[in-house]
Amino acid sequence: MAKDGADRPQDESRRRFLKYTGTAVGGLVVGGVVGGLIGSQAKNAKEEPAPSPSGSAPAASNERDYNQALMFFNQEQFQTAEAAAERIFPTDDLGPGAKDLGAAFFIDHQMAGMYGTNARDYMTPPFQTAEAYQGYQLAFKRQELMALGLDALDEYSQDKHQSAFVKLSEDLQDEVLSAFEANEVELKGIPAATFFTMLRNLTIEGVYADPLYGGNKNMTGWKMKSYPGNQMSYYDAIEKDGLVKYEPQSLHDHLTS
Amino acid sequence: MATNMPKATVAIVGMGWVGGVIAAELTKAGHDVVGFERGKSRSTADYYHVHDELRYANRYELMQDLSKETVTYRNNEKITALPMRTYGSFLLGNGLGGAGVHWNGQYFRFLPYDFQIKSKTVERYGAGKIPEGMTIQDWGITYDELEPYFVKFEQMAGISGDPTTVDHVGKMSQPFPIGPMKQSPAVKLFRDAAAKAGFQAYTMPSANLADNYTNPDGIERAACQYCGYCERFGCEYGAKADPCVTVLPVALNTGKLEIRTFSNVTKIVHDGKKASGVQYIHVPTGEEYFQPADVVILASYVFSNTRLLLLSDLGKKYDPDSGTGVIGKNYCYQVLGAGTTAYFDDKEFSTFMGAGALGATVDEFNGDNFDHSELGFLHGASISLTQTGLRPIANNPTPSGTPSWGKDFKATSIKYANRSLSVGAQGSSLPFRHHYLDLDPTYKDAHGLPLIRMTFDFEDQDKNLVKHLAAQTKKIADQMGATKTETRDAMTTYNITPYQSTHNTGGVLMGDDPATSAVNNYLQMWDADNVFVCGASAFAHNSGYNPTATVGALAYRTAEGVGKYLAKGGSLV
Ligand SMILES: Cc1cc2nc3c(=O)[nH]c(=O)nc-3n(C[C@H](O)[C@H](O)[C@H](O)COP(=O)(O)OP(=O)(O)OC[C@H]3O[C@@H](n4cnc5c(N)ncnc54)[C@H](O)[C@@H]3O)c2cc1C
Ligand code: SF4
Repeated sequence: MAKDGADRPQDESRRRFLKYTGTAVGGLVVGGVVGGLIGSQAKNAKEEPAPSPSGSAPAASNERDYNQALMFFNQEQFQTAEAAAERIFPTDDLGPGAKDLGAAFFIDHQMAGMYGTNARDYMTPPFQTAEAYQGYQLAFKRQELMALGLDALDEYSQDKHQSAFVKLSEDLQDEVLSAFEANEVELKGIPAATFFTMLRNLTIEGVYADPLYGGNKNMTGWKMKSYPGNQMSYYDAIEKDGLVKYEPQSLHDHLTS
Repeated sequence: MATNMPKATVAIVGMGWVGGVIAAELTKAGHDVVGFERGKSRSTADYYHVHDELRYANRYELMQDLSKETVTYRNNEKITALPMRTYGSFLLGNGLGGAGVHWNGQYFRFLPYDFQIKSKTVERYGAGKIPEGMTIQDWGITYDELEPYFVKFEQMAGISGDPTTVDHVGKMSQPFPIGPMKQSPAVKLFRDAAAKAGFQAYTMPSANLADNYTNPDGIERAACQYCGYCERFGCEYGAKADPCVTVLPVALNTGKLEIRTFSNVTKIVHDGKKASGVQYIHVPTGEEYFQPADVVILASYVFSNTRLLLLSDLGKKYDPDSGTGVIGKNYCYQVLGAGTTAYFDDKEFSTFMGAGALGATVDEFNGDNFDHSELGFLHGASISLTQTGLRPIANNPTPSGTPSWGKDFKATSIKYANRSLSVGAQGSSLPFRHHYLDLDPTYKDAHGLPLIRMTFDFEDQDKNLVKHLAAQTKKIADQMGATKTETRDAMTTYNITPYQSTHNTGGVLMGDDPATSAVNNYLQMWDADNVFVCGASAFAHNSGYNPTATVGALAYRTAEGVGKYLAKGGSLV
């Protein structure tokens, strides 16, 4: 497998960027980021050959992550979400699961923000019964559906197995989640399958979104998938055979002061 | 009461590709233009942190805010249309540049057959070939008439492509201004496989610059970096042709374009024969204004174009029962059900790299390039393999039978993330009498005005097309040396939830007869000669290609028409 780029400093791709955008500077239009990048490039150039910020990041486990706190869930909901997310994307030989990747913090943070409150969705009544192919038609906001759904996971577990969801064995947790997925659960008007799909999708997002959102801790989700995060350019690599490997970069690495 | 603004020569509603091209051409010719855009302003400076899949691809940062306005949808007239509350099937543009900011840049001129679909179909197969209820019609323009305008768009945008064309597409009077994109191993594999299957594959023409380029307006732009964050994202390099880095700066540079952002046009004011201007709401304050103008141009995409005419009671509303009237007629989409995925156990690809229009295409089964005598459908599809850059939240390919979560899902999706390729068919969408747009009786936008309502479903035409095209995708994919392939060939009811394509067409058709079309071949309204309605709303059907090449060519033709109209007045045909 080609290992091109793994040790290529970030500046290389920026230099290519500049080489190309630099030619545009004289034109009528200048790409707006050019100025900013030229500035940052100048700075980076002075520091050369210092490694990229991601490369030099301290082992994060030694550091307290003040972002790991709750914006929306109560403690129980958080634990339930964390346990459920871990079943959706479990730890295995390939690497950590949703729990260690921080996916439950991701979900909590998303629920507290505009996604959780459906800020950019059409939420005007009347809400009517829909055909499946007409999409989401609930009056619930996502954060309401999430909270009710997590509580329901517990209720259902108590009912069926006389235990909280987090205390169940992995097999039983899977059984409970499967019942939700198949919409086999009566939930006082809450569609169990819709809740499950939302939880499933949020978990995947929490595993693979840029770490800036609280999940994908240390880009480990990306590393498992050989995903390089965001690189400035693949101009020199696009024609190469096989899987070209890179040290991943997050948007944090793009921050320049 | 609306405040009156000083009169403008031309008012354009919508500052996407269509509005941008027309604004540039008219201002270069010396006309004063006011451009209305309901969304915000934008520039490449906004894209420094654009490589964010969650924000742009999953949360639709650049698209229309549905809380303010959406569309309602039903499969047929018997059921109640409900609002598209969250994004799914298509993603509407908003803000400066419109959808031209977050498109892929896959560039295809429609086929000569498309513009004369009805007469050519009847000529070859007889009138009986057109099924009951299908309302295909000629466009009132031929490929040859439109050809020079394609060239204009290509020179302006800097389209990259092969120096010669394959046999199955329209002739080009000038080659693309830039050579083809680089070829990735996946694209090469597809081309070789297509050749083995007996087809002529060509490099997908691309609006992502294959090389640095200076266009005829003096705009310099940098080459594409194959960054893999193209569709749904803005390009931080300005390499992707986008109105904000091409036509809009040229128009602004003349000093003759005034862009009013956050200005939502709600009505065309008219007396039944001529428009006197447009009414709009300044969104942040809610204040209403009236903008008088000699010419009004709607460039606000299929849905707004149709909706504004219906809200303004301009043009004859389409009636699906009698098939008469024109505004709202022949809504079409894109038929994307056919495809084959190839899974490779012993081969890896860097599919995270890519560009919006990196790929190769086969056209043997598009348009009328093959014999339909024994087939239960008309037209066809382009077949392509694209490498647009796969991102990790969305890229979880798993063979059928794999669960969508849990241990097996994790292992399988990670295994195939860099070991699967897909050959897909982009099918044409032909019109039916009961597929149309009108105003919703119940749901309203943030200003209290009715939403547009879509009545649409897939028909036997589409299902048969998908079956036939799926088999062709399999023929090619089977030559790629994969461990296994899986073909999708079943098409069911149209579903608004999964993303399919933002290639909506129709509603304000062009043609040569006022009884069956709303605008002539300059996109000038038959019923009001100082109103031009531009964009894919003019398409009488949608081809087996992405629409913007044809949208762009028509915009250049409209600009020429508006110039003539300003000089002489009256109908241009
Ligand atoms: C994700 C995606 C990928 C695509 N990829 C391709 C591709 O590869 N190839 C291709 O050919 N096409 C592609 N398309 C389609 C392409 O983007 C469109 O065909 C093209 O951008 C349409 O341009 P337009 O100017 O007609 O409309 P738009 O770009 O939609 O512009 C219309 C503008 O009008 C504004 N507007 C609407 N109503 C009002 C109002 N009442 N008042 C004021 N302003 C208003 C909107 O805010 C918008 O900015 C893609 C689209 C999407 C969404
Ligand atoms: S793939 Fe190319 S054109 Fe698209 S955003 Fe990246 S650099 Fe721009």
